[in-house]
Order: sequence, then C-alpha cells, then structure tokens
Amino acid sequence: MSQPGYSDKVMDHFMNPRNVGVIEDPDGYGKVGNPTCGDVMEMFIRVKDDRIEEIKFRTFGCGAAIATSSMTTEMALGKTVEEGLKITRDEVGRELGGLPPNKMHCSNLAADALHMALEDYLNKAAVRKG
Amino acid sequence: MRRIYMDHAATTPLAPEVLEAMIPYFSERYGNPSSLHSFGREAREAVDDARTEVAALLNAEPSEIYFTSGGTESDNLALRGIARKNKKKGRHIITSSIEHPAVLEVCKALAGEGFEVTYLPVTREGLVEVGAVEEAVREDTILISVMHANNEIGTIQPLEEIGRLAGEKEIYFHTDGVQTAGKIPVDVRSLGVDAFSLSGHKLYGPKGAGALYIRKGVRIESIQQGGGHERGMRSGTENVPGIVGLGRAAMLAEEKMEEESERMRSLRDRMSGWVLKEIEDSWLNGHPVKRLPSNLNFGFRYIEGESLLLYLDAKGVAASTGSACSSKKLAASHVLSAIGLEPVESHGSLRITLGMENTEEDVDYACRAISESVARLREMSALRPG
Ligand SMILES: Cc1ncc(COP(=O)(O)O)c(C=O)c1O
Repeated sequence: MSQPGYSDKVMDHFMNPRNVGVIEDPDGYGKVGNPTCGDVMEMFIRVKDDRIEEIKFRTFGCGAAIATSSMTTEMALGKTVEEGLKITRDEVGRELGGLPPNKMHCSNLAADALHMALEDYLNKAAVRKG
Repeated sequence: MRRIYMDHAATTPLAPEVLEAMIPYFSERYGNPSSLHSFGREAREAVDDARTEVAALLNAEPSEIYFTSGGTESDNLALRGIARKNKKKGRHIITSSIEHPAVLEVCKALAGEGFEVTYLPVTREGLVEVGAVEEAVREDTILISVMHANNEIGTIQPLEEIGRLAGEKEIYFHTDGVQTAGKIPVDVRSLGVDAFSLSGHKLYGPKGAGALYIRKGVRIESIQQGGGHERGMRSGTENVPGIVGLGRAAMLAEEKMEEESERMRSLRDRMSGWVLKEIEDSWLNGHPVKRLPSNLNFGFRYIEGESLLLYLDAKGVAASTGSACSSKKLAASHVLSAIGLEPVESHGSLRITLGMENTEEDVDYACRAISESVARLREMSALRPG
C-alpha cells in the first residue's frame, strides 16, 4: 500500500534508533502529534551549562517517524540550546539523505518535538530565575 | 537470511507444474488461437482445455467462462458490462463498503455515468448483513456486487443468502471471488451468483491472467471492442501461456483443496493461538469462524503497522498492513475503518496470509519474529502507558 523507498540512512536510524527512552525529571519535555490522525513523538532533554547533555525520545509512527526522531536527537546532542532551536525540519530530512515526498511531514514532527522540549526548558529556567 | 513469504493475498508463487504447463506456449506452440492452421488449432485447444478446467473449479459450464487479464479487469467487465447493458431497466447498484478498489473505483466511475450506488456497511466482523441488502433494494436496482471473501480481513460473506434474495428480486448478482477461488469450495450455482471474478496470480497461477464467469443468459455488454475474441465479450488476442497457466492452476487447486485448506487452517490457528496468547494487547480483526483458512489480521496496540512490517522484513518475514502513512496523516485502510476500528486500533494492523510453501516451522519462526518486533517497537512507542 505505502511505498516507503527509504534511504540507507533512514533505514539505519529506523532499525537502530539512537537515544530511545525517557529521562526521569527532564529539564525539558515536548510531545507532539496525536494518535487519531498520525504519529506521536516525545522528546526529553537534560541541559548542562547551556548544552544538551542528554536527549531521549519515544515515537509511535511509521519508519520515517522513528528515523527522523532518532536523527533529530543525534543532531541535537551536545549542541547549545540556541543551536538546538535552529535545527529545522529540512535539515533533519537532508541529514537523512532525503525522505519520500509523502513522508516529509514526519520530519516536521521530530523538529517540532525538539523545539517544544527546548522551549519547555527555557520557560522553566525563566521561572527559576524569577 | 531465511526468507518467509506470508503475503499470499497479495500474490502467490507460480506452482512448478503451472510453469511447466506454460512454457511450451511461449516457445514452440506460439500459434494464434484464431488461426485456422495447425499452429492456431493447438493454441485454441489449449485455451479450450483451460476453460474447462476453470469451469470445473466453479461448477460452471465452459461456455460461461471468459478469460481476462486478471481480477481487476474481471470486476470492471462485470460491473460496467452489466450496468450499461441494463440501464434502461434501472440505474441503481448495491455494493459493500469493504470491496477491493477494483470494484469500489468502478462504482465511483459508474456514478459519474449516472448510476446510483449504495455502499452497505458491515458488522464489526466484516459481514454484510442480508437484511441490509434487502433494505437497500429498490425498484430500479439492477446489480448487487458483494465480494466472496475480503482480501484484508478474510471474512467470508453469506453469498447464498444474498444470492437467493437477488434471484427473487431478479437483480443481477456479481461477486469478486479473487480471494476464494481455489482456496475454498466455490459452486456458482449454489451461491446463486450471475458473475464471479477470479485472478490467476492469487491461486499459484500467472499474473495478468484471470477469468470472469458469466451465467448463461445474463445481459451484459463488452467493455473492450475489437476482433471479437472470447465470443465478443473481450477482444484481444488471447494470452495463451497465461490462460494455460490459469487452467492448470485451477486444476491443481481443485485437486489439493481439501487437504491444503485443512493444512492452512491448522497453521493459521497455530499462529493465532500463539500470538494472541503470548503478545499482550493483541487481537484478531475479522470474523473468528467465517474466515479464509489462510488469513490472519492481527491488531497490536501502541505500534504502527508500517514499522512492524519493516522490522519483520528485516527478519525475513514478508507480511502486509492496513496502515498507510500517506501525505498528511496516518490513515487506516477503508476496510479497517468500515469494521469500526478506532484509528489507534487500526494503525497497528498486520495481515498474514499463509500459503502452500509455509510450514509449521515457518509459522513458529514468524511468531517469534512478530513477538520480538512488537516488543521493540513498543519499547520506543510514545503511546505505551508508563
Ligand atoms: C479481492 C480482490 N479483488 C481484485 C483484485 C485484483 O486482482 P488483479 O491483481 O488480478 O487485478 C485483488 C488483488 O489484489 C483482490 O484481492
């Protein structure tokens, strides 16, 4: 029915996803999507000295959804919060060597989930500062 | 790597005997069945023999069998041919909401030609209710088309009852039997059908060869004009090797049906027994009993079908899913939606369709592969509780 046509890199991230899991009491958390009409992704981050020190994800979705989540965590790990916020959907797709056209929306979700986690971190940090 | 094919509803391998029967018709017996010379005559005889073999599989007369290029064409011919020929009598068609696109899309096209189509709902198990058919019948209903067994969930429809009703009301009754021909007994007389579609590549025959049974006396017109082959019903020089292969496949299927369907049923039940017991939050879509002997359609909560399919593929197990992640959203197949599954239930569907080459060992290997793949995907699923 669906014709994936995934690149080797997509298949690698899908079959061997990096950074799967959860972080207890994360510094930032983001969740996007809804199961009725599509993929659901969660991102958890731990930040130290303004850098993304640890990042984990959980995803419900197709191969592209899992691969883009994994790729996004790999790209974000070690980056500053500001750099993380600059990771775009297109970059994730490019890093993966492209996605089939009908799967581009999956990369959107992964970048959105990351941004949401980072914003959550920034909001919490702002609250802490008072 | 070990590779196990469990997607026989999509297509089947060619039986070795079928291939053997076909080969001479690609080489030394290349005549055109319409030719009067000896080359033509031997091709004509082969086509006639195949017609007899296909007729025997359906308990039809050879003269009621028309060769086509497959299931899709047979459905097109039956629906368009009957509808157009009988439009003076009426313009209403009844079908089900779980038909193959080869029927649904034709109905859509016929709606564009001024026909009106009623799409019947189905039960949770995928059954068309005879009462619903009866209620849908109108003065101007000319055709009912309900598939024999569904290609996704394997539910077998109560054709006898629908056939009886259609007969009483003098409405033509077509069935898409692509998934049943050669797999379960088919008797077009007792089913009460006026037209029956079948396809070679679903019964260990060749792709691109199929047939339509049309009961003698049914008013139907051809949809493809030309030299008047197949008694004017389907013009175009016959696909002789394909037809020979289809005939041989029909013959083999009939010979092996009892034994093979029993074997399929036992493999099927072995698999569903194991999976449903060992994997939490799993269930079977379709009907528990009125079901093709070779069909399983599992639901697994918290995971998505395409991912599961690809994980299984990496372990060498070939299956299929009713989940499609398309341009904007994850969409369930029209069949899974029609049986009333919630979107989250339909995303994690896995169709296993067993076949001739599958063994108990294959089934046990596939069970383990499914269990491991489901577990891995659940570990990374954002829907998993906790
Ligand atoms: C129920 C049903 N009808 C029709 C078809 C189409 O048959 P074919 O591939 O021979 O055109 C299929 C095959 O996918 C089928 O499963």
